[in-house]
Amino acid sequence: MDMKPFIIKQISVFSENRPGRLAAIARALEEDGINILAFSIAEADGFGVVRALVDNPDKAYRKLTGGGFSVNFTDVIAAKMRDQPGGLYEIARILGDGGVNIEYAYAYSGKEGAVLILRVDRVDSAIELLLKHGGELLKTSIFH
Amino acid sequence: MPLSKVVRIHTTSGTTGKPTVVAYTRGDLNNWSDLIARNLTMVGLTEGDVFQNMVNYGMFTGGLGFHYGAEKVGMTVIPSATGNTKRQIEMIQDFGVTAIHCTPSYALHLAEAAEEMNAHFDTLKTGMFGAEPWSDAMRKELENKLGVTAYDSYGLSELYGPGVAFECKERNGLHIWHDCYLVEIIDPVTGETLEEGERGELVVTPIVKEAMPMVRYRTGDITMMMEDGCLCGRGNRIGRITGRSDDMLVIRGINVFPSQIEHVLLQLPEVGNQFMVYVDRIGHLDEMTIEVEMTREHFSGELHDLAQVQKRVAKALRDALELRTSVRLVEPGSLPRFEGKAKRVIDRRGGI
Repeated sequence: MDMKPFIIKQISVFSENRPGRLAAIARALEEDGINILAFSIAEADGFGVVRALVDNPDKAYRKLTGGGFSVNFTDVIAAKMRDQPGGLYEIARILGDGGVNIEYAYAYSGKEGAVLILRVDRVDSAIELLLKHGGELLKTSIFH
Repeated sequence: MPLSKVVRIHTTSGTTGKPTVVAYTRGDLNNWSDLIARNLTMVGLTEGDVFQNMVNYGMFTGGLGFHYGAEKVGMTVIPSATGNTKRQIEMIQDFGVTAIHCTPSYALHLAEAAEEMNAHFDTLKTGMFGAEPWSDAMRKELENKLGVTAYDSYGLSELYGPGVAFECKERNGLHIWHDCYLVEIIDPVTGETLEEGERGELVVTPIVKEAMPMVRYRTGDITMMMEDGCLCGRGNRIGRITGRSDDMLVIRGINVFPSQIEHVLLQLPEVGNQFMVYVDRIGHLDEMTIEVEMTREHFSGELHDLAQVQKRVAKALRDALELRTSVRLVEPGSLPRFEGKAKRVIDRRGGI
């Protein structure tokens, strides 16, 4: 099976942990009309990584890099979740039973339901497991 | 002097990646321990004293230097070295220690730790503090908290180590031994010799050193010659050190040149070559924070990779400086660029 359509490019941006840094990133994206579907911030000792799913990852990469930010792509998958109790459990259980480790995850709940974005240790296995158990994954083709 | 006649080597911080090496003949070691013994005797210590030497042994000259000088006096020497403050406090109590040697900032840390443990130093009477500049306000605080009379000790590895100049019981200037060292004070910019009472850079010509003779060695330390007439009757006195003529920092008694940091960063591709150094005093101990820029190419997008880079930089700095530092990763291009003289060090410690 071709897993490629399900592997989504998250942009990861290095940011110092100080006032105004997120605003600078968000402003840059706004300037080029890039929409953020979901994002999260991970922080360590004095710095962090802003992780975002945007509607046009390549454009976001060019814009942010041009603005002096350190940016990289990270492969993630985005699983649709039932937006009711037990929705997260279903997905986590399938991956857990299959021995796939979730390194980090964040979620959003929009008009078309809830979506869980996952960074896992074995992307291919995760896609295969979720599809096999009736899960639905966002396709990279919905992004520009 | 052939290496076969050199019986010991110590090192001190150099301005580049490599430490400065200092060598000693048997005669040098004898002269050096004589100097220390004189200083200890000058402040009234005898074979009846028990001495705890709370400085780094090893390549740093403070440990072995004081150790052999104190043995020469006949004192009972406890080579406790650094670290484990609780154990240091217990040893002072258990061995009935009467005299200690350490950096002034560590002494204050020790005093506070003792307060927290509700430990008392009933036997302690003499404290000898050196390796970093300290003030008279600090002297009062140390004397109150530790119950000692506090003496300033001055030296540098190139001139053997500690023991070059030392306060007598008057504690009004440090006597620099005229039978071992010729002293001048110069204007660090023009090189012109200054008069008694004028502050400038201390320049020393050692006259008894064998393995590493030197002429007019510029110490980088700022002080002045004081007029003769100390009540103790001894000659040559210099004032307490008030600063440096170069950009050397003293962090927890260890000398650090900003160029050493630069040298370390040049060898790490994950970070840029620009840096800023912030020095603070937290709980009486010096803390050095170094900001470095992450390079774009080495940003993988993963947080744990960043943490790895941070660790690697901290380790490389610790290996080079022999000092624990905090490393902060900042965004590329965010640190100040300097045209002309760089001002990369922000020392927020104030006087001690």
